[in-house]
Amino acid sequence: MGMTFAEKILARAAGKDSVVPGEIVVVRPAHLLTHDNMAAIIGKIGPELEKYGVVDPNLNIIVLDHVAPAANEKTATGHQKIRAFVQQHGIKNFYDVGEGICHQVVMEKGLALPGTIIVGSDSHTCSYGALGAFATGVDRTEAAALTLTGETWLRVPPTIRVVLEGNFRPGVSAKDLVLTIIGELSADGANYMAVEFDGPAVDRLTIEDRFTIANMGIEMGAKIAVFPVDEVAETYLGTIGVRRYQYDPVWADDDAQYAKRMVMRLDKIEPVLALPHTVDNIDMASEHVGEPIHQCLLGTCTNGRLSDLRTAAKIMRGKKVHPNVRFLVLPASRAVLQAAMSKGYIQILVGAGATLLPPGCGPCLGAHMGVLAPGERCLSTANRNFKGRMGCKEAEIILASPATVATSAIHGVISMPEED
Amino acid sequence: MRVWKYGDDVNTDMLFPGKYTYTCGTLEEIKPHLLEDLDADFAGQVQAGDVLFVGRNFGCGSSREQPALGLRGVGIAAVVGCSFARIFYRASINQGLVLIECADAVEHYEPGMDVSLDVARGEITIDGKTHSFPALPPEILAISQAGGLLNYARAKLEANTAQT
Repeated sequence: MGMTFAEKILARAAGKDSVVPGEIVVVRPAHLLTHDNMAAIIGKIGPELEKYGVVDPNLNIIVLDHVAPAANEKTATGHQKIRAFVQQHGIKNFYDVGEGICHQVVMEKGLALPGTIIVGSDSHTCSYGALGAFATGVDRTEAAALTLTGETWLRVPPTIRVVLEGNFRPGVSAKDLVLTIIGELSADGANYMAVEFDGPAVDRLTIEDRFTIANMGIEMGAKIAVFPVDEVAETYLGTIGVRRYQYDPVWADDDAQYAKRMVMRLDKIEPVLALPHTVDNIDMASEHVGEPIHQCLLGTCTNGRLSDLRTAAKIMRGKKVHPNVRFLVLPASRAVLQAAMSKGYIQILVGAGATLLPPGCGPCLGAHMGVLAPGERCLSTANRNFKGRMGCKEAEIILASPATVATSAIHGVISMPEED
Repeated sequence: MRVWKYGDDVNTDMLFPGKYTYTCGTLEEIKPHLLEDLDADFAGQVQAGDVLFVGRNFGCGSSREQPALGLRGVGIAAVVGCSFARIFYRASINQGLVLIECADAVEHYEPGMDVSLDVARGEITIDGKTHSFPALPPEILAISQAGGLLNYARAKLEANTAQT
């Protein structure tokens, strides 16, 4: 009997010929991602680190991004503690404040390789499924134990196969697609499960589109969300200096068994919004045109890449941000920011009245730099609209595509996306 | 024993707001904010031995562990739910917080009913009717029984050191 991506990769990692959903396997991940929360993780295992050290200085990837630069003495002290840990234990993959959002940095640095298992103490670790990695989130305690032992357990998930067909219509993007899928499956529709994306339309999705989709796998409850490693992925890996012999991709067999199959026709997707306060509260953007907003956020690990900034810049060219809204632009990494500067996108956005934030998580989790006031509404390209997420439980967050957010920033109210 | 009842899709921001995640790490720091945006009475009134009855997808969202750490720390005897989000499920095992997936029990319970719990036997009795739930797989039970993942990992490291 054929195996799914998840079954194949977990069987290989556990040294078995085959595994079945529900089975528990013990694996040694290729990498463990942590971020600002590494300070708390180190705090859990101080004596053990003294006694045993880290299991492998190549295992940990640490990116300071969640409150970066530090907002106060406490977060600054956390960063300081992490830098000392990095020095003491010779951690190879450390990226300090300003490098970018951890998930973007992991991809750009070639640390997310096809066919590998990566765990991270951040729920959006599932993003690396864009490059055919088995990547999933864990908590801080598990990250602490992994730092010491290098191993953990995983339950083999059942899999949902999503077949993508057709072409997007103008003004519609990968964000609208993934929000539509979450609306259909619900916020727990893929809980404990893997989601495989395949079908004739995959070839036409860029790596950035795939990243946006895989990133939001957790918002349907998924353990992993994964794409096949095709020419598009191989070309991307080549551009960041990863050679073909360095990785061994895995993909599902044709006769694999699925818990569910669904077909999505891209030409049927319309611009959508995730309304407060759950990501599966999806409605057509056209139903909400003219509704008030106070802040627009373009960026985050979902939509802070070059193509997202390009989309916004093309829409903003020659226009101004409406005086009733603040438009915050948050590039996903320093590399994205530099590329967007050299293309002139940042100049257009800032010239139109946008506020440029340093690469990092920014206001997405409500810690700093753009938190909301009671009664305010933010239209955001982020991945979560939970109550209180942006620092205020009496505020509302609505999720949308970069094109919808940029167009709405011009008009000062929710607007249908212009074609970029 | 008091029962606290909540609905579906209770997310990690409702259980412990993100704005505190880099300033609150210890139980004493977490406790005043536990369930802050879900139920303002909870943190002040919860007592050891209390139970939560919750709907589907409890704990969805972030990988932050303060909800599991906090609920275990204040002495919650068990969270009985229709289903749990996977990272919260792992975090609870790693903290030794007991989660019981039993939709029948959640549907049966109405405020004011008597509830008693026997985790070892896998039984929960509500208003005289007993609902059973399956035991954890042995690999996971070992972590929970060690009092959480760090205790489990420490024991393993010590055993490895003793062997070499």
